[in-house]
Amino acid sequence: MSEETKKTKIGYYPGCAITKCSTSEEYGTSVLGVSRVIGPELVEIDDWNCCGASSAHATNHKLSTALSVRNISLAEKDGYDEVLAPCPMCSQRLIVSQDDVENDEKLRKEVEDAIEMPISRNVKVSNYLEIVKNYSMDEITEKQKKKPEGLKIASYYGCLLVRPPKILKFDDPENPKTMDDIVKAIGAEAVDWEFKTNCCGGGFTLSKPDIVIKLTHDILEGAIDAGANAIAVACPMCHANLDMRQQAIEKEYGRKFNLPIVYISELIGLALGLKPKDLGMDKHFIDTDSVIDTFSDIEK
Amino acid sequence: MKIKITTKELKSDFAKEVEDRSGIDVKKCYQCGKCTAGCPVAYEMDYMPNQIIRFVQLGLRKEALTSRTIWLCASCVTCTTRCPKEVKIAELMDVLREMALEEGVANPMEKDITTFHKAFLNSIKKHGRISECGMLMEFKRKRPKAALKSVLQDVADGSQLMMKGKLSLAPHDIKGKDNIKRIFEKLG
Repeated sequence: MSEETKKTKIGYYPGCAITKCSTSEEYGTSVLGVSRVIGPELVEIDDWNCCGASSAHATNHKLSTALSVRNISLAEKDGYDEVLAPCPMCSQRLIVSQDDVENDEKLRKEVEDAIEMPISRNVKVSNYLEIVKNYSMDEITEKQKKKPEGLKIASYYGCLLVRPPKILKFDDPENPKTMDDIVKAIGAEAVDWEFKTNCCGGGFTLSKPDIVIKLTHDILEGAIDAGANAIAVACPMCHANLDMRQQAIEKEYGRKFNLPIVYISELIGLALGLKPKDLGMDKHFIDTDSVIDTFSDIEK
Repeated sequence: MKIKITTKELKSDFAKEVEDRSGIDVKKCYQCGKCTAGCPVAYEMDYMPNQIIRFVQLGLRKEALTSRTIWLCASCVTCTTRCPKEVKIAELMDVLREMALEEGVANPMEKDITTFHKAFLNSIKKHGRISECGMLMEFKRKRPKAALKSVLQDVADGSQLMMKGKLSLAPHDIKGKDNIKRIFEKLG
């Protein structure tokens, strides 16, 4: 990779769920840990705010748009042309809001008035898989220290990385491949399965736990039946629903899964030889040792 | 399901109002049902997603805005993605929810969902970011029954989360929280 790309600095928008002391902090920990080894350099956007997530767009479109685009304007003010939002709820909200103000002059003016800043037209918002694919695939191969043996991964994308496809323009919405390519690049097997882009119930985890338990059960069952030893995710909500609720799911359906749910960033980190604890893998509810133990040093 | 449609409803401009607010033209829908076929939450809904579109097409304002369906939509956007006529169904659910709240007709059976949204937004309004603990407390205070329903699970989650250092008690205020407050005052 050229020197110029290596120096690329990307604005980092963690969002609420993956910052320190939050329910999915290990996602942020592992994304940052991996970027320190293989780049690109990530710098947190100053004074970012919550994008409003489901609760804003489900109840107030203008408010949702303003909360999202304020962060893009802050990123532009800080001098970034690209922003990484590892949480797909955030990246989807930011990108859709950007598209909404681009196509509605009246909305743009109202939102600019509310956020008290001009709206940026030039900042590209990316999800984590895009960043890895566009900047780091060669680096992973170059700097890989450990390789998994016999590890079968079900790559789970969920909803918000790929939908709505016309606006997000990322991968195939019915059968995405980007995460599978990363899984294969580190030497694990990417299993073929049917639930890649099924919904986990997302933000209903507190308000409608019954729905979440049904949908996540189907996903766990699909992964196990396809022969996976673990599910890889790139979304804090998917992770929380599949990992934290897994014991409740087992109880409800009378089937033991004990299936580790790992972030794709954690898998990359393990391949780079980072310590599981430094990747936050001790923070999971379902033990991840069975995944960690498949990794061993590459003889060079 | 028996719904009597009045001429007044048929001649109403509900569909036009929805289009003006959202740019979504429901007339394009020819009721193929693909949205419903792919909807992961259809099994819980009182009306199927394509029926909600039909209500809007026919001017059945009350049926659409008081449905449980609009709240049960998980915003997974599978419907919009697969619609052969490019009707943005998930986004239509957003605008119908917004109208239901404005008119005070949101279905009381889904109060757990509306209360959760409110608690979530209140946390942003106060701090600029989500205080998970504060939001959870507000939700539990306002919907004790819902909290009770899954109390064992939630308490287990909460205490395990704390043990793992994943649930912060202290909210984090951003510097620009006054700006966030003004955003809520202008648009909220």
